[in-house]
Amino acid sequence: MADGNAAMLLIAGLAAAAVVALAAALLLARRLRRSAPGAAPSMAAAGGDAERDLLAAFEDPLLVVRERRVLIANQAARDLLGAHIEGSDVRLAIRHPAAAEHLARDEDGGAPVRIELVGLGAVGRPWELLIAPLPGGSRLVRLVDQSQARAAEQMRVDFVANASHELRTPLATLIGFIETLQDEAAVDPATRQRFVAIMAGEAVRMRDLLDDLMSLSRIEADRFAAPRDTVDLRPLIEEVRDALKPSAEGRPIRIERGKSEALVAGDRGQLAQMLTNLVVNALKYGRPGSQVRVRLADAGPDLVSLSVIDRGEGIAADHIPRLTERFYRVDPGRSRQVGGTGLGLAIVKHIVLRHRGRLEIRSKVGEGTRVEIILPRAAQA
Amino acid sequence: MKTNFWPQWLKRNGPAGADPAGGLEEEVDTLRGTICEMGGLAEVAIRDAMEALVRRDHEAAAAVVRRDRKIDALETEIERRVVEIIGRRAPTETDLRDVVAALKIAGVVERIGDYAKNIAKRVASVEDSRIRPLSLLPEMARIAAEMVHDVLDAFAARDPKKAAAVCERDAAVDDFYNSIFRSLLTHMMENPHNITPATHLLFVARNLERIGDHATNVAEMVYFAATGEYLGDRHKGADTTSIGADAIGAGAHG
Repeated sequence: MADGNAAMLLIAGLAAAAVVALAAALLLARRLRRSAPGAAPSMAAAGGDAERDLLAAFEDPLLVVRERRVLIANQAARDLLGAHIEGSDVRLAIRHPAAAEHLARDEDGGAPVRIELVGLGAVGRPWELLIAPLPGGSRLVRLVDQSQARAAEQMRVDFVANASHELRTPLATLIGFIETLQDEAAVDPATRQRFVAIMAGEAVRMRDLLDDLMSLSRIEADRFAAPRDTVDLRPLIEEVRDALKPSAEGRPIRIERGKSEALVAGDRGQLAQMLTNLVVNALKYGRPGSQVRVRLADAGPDLVSLSVIDRGEGIAADHIPRLTERFYRVDPGRSRQVGGTGLGLAIVKHIVLRHRGRLEIRSKVGEGTRVEIILPRAAQA
Repeated sequence: MKTNFWPQWLKRNGPAGADPAGGLEEEVDTLRGTICEMGGLAEVAIRDAMEALVRRDHEAAAAVVRRDRKIDALETEIERRVVEIIGRRAPTETDLRDVVAALKIAGVVERIGDYAKNIAKRVASVEDSRIRPLSLLPEMARIAAEMVHDVLDAFAARDPKKAAAVCERDAAVDDFYNSIFRSLLTHMMENPHNITPATHLLFVARNLERIGDHATNVAEMVYFAATGEYLGDRHKGADTTSIGADAIGAGAHG
């Protein structure tokens, strides 16, 4: 009997243990289904730690979502959307209507979804949201920052607007003078001469601007086609100096060239244009009478350095990063006075880019400016 | 380990099985999610309505008006959920504050959606007007939309600091409103033909100003739900700047 009792107790004990185990299993299953957020054991059971570590390695904000709840949010996602999002309703993280609609519905778990949305993190910030189904009914949500792409688009739009604006200013002047001249009685011959001279100046300004715009677009079109000819920079510098002598108004352009050859793989016409733009700038913004130096030097075994140095007022440091932007001017009034198109350095930058080179501008206010271009030497044949 | 083992929703409501629909916390969370969805729709409505106004895009304006129905439907859903939660769960303290705040915020967000809809409805009426304040309106709208955006972020994160910061920007919206008001009045006096479009633009500015006020109201509710204190009380004790005082004033009668 004692044995029987013991057996009964044992069986009862086993049954009780089984019930507890069953209940625990049911609870666990239920919790997994409900995806109770942030509960470490359940995440581990679902392979959550591995997933979490994996997601942490990505810089894009990433979320794992199941049944409307955010299971895992990587650091980038928590930084963008707030630390509170893990474990909460996904709409608390992303409330944009297009996304909320997709994320709140679970049944369309099949196909990946791609949504453009604006205003996560900051008003107007553009994102692309990608939803991909994962095995087991969860979904991976990835956010890709589109600000860079949009900024490039915006730049193009701004460029067209700026170019039209730049052309309109001289055109308005021209039209004004033409209207005045049409009324012959009102203008004496001396004034007429003066007006015509101004008109000629404005017409030249428009032509220069159009020329610059066209060369800029040509250079941009060739951007990925590396130039093939071999160009010696030494005779090129002399040519440019000779061509600019008439407009230098007696100011010396001194050439300091190295001993060795300076052969680069390049487009001769473009390199001449680049140098011309730099020397013209130096002449325009240097002090009257001061000399402009063009220096050619080695910059390592495979590189040639070409610098244009002026003694002038120099440029404040905060302007320097923006100098190669189209139509960026440190002093708009002065640029207009000396006949700048606002495109000179933009053209230089694009020519340098096409030649796989580097452009460095250094300047000290009150002393002068030095623009250095470093180009790779031509491969020895 | 043992404490973590039990799911969150089990803690409050006793053993599993007694509660087939899920826990209170989960229900409150879904409720808050639905409010965010509403808020997202309202934000987009403000943006689209202003874009339609600037571009004179009638179709886009009509779409804003159509989409307002979705906001209304969500408000109804929130009301139903709130009643259900209070009736079945009898929430207390934090949960009760959350639930009541949700009900109130849903009402305010619905109003914000209505103002956006009203702006969209006026797109047709301001046609051909060359009145300059139109350039001030988008800037005013940007600030108002930003307030709505930030207050919804504060709501989602239960962040009282961020909510308080929203109130401080209401003064800027009010300044814009006053400036636009004066300039539109001038236009009306200059030329009687301007009166109709200028009046509509004035209402647009008024709507934006109300959106700003409502964002402030939501901010006060978020603050209360998160801390259990009134935002106004906090200000009264402190050395109030003119900006802070304005924000309270605007909120009190809004």
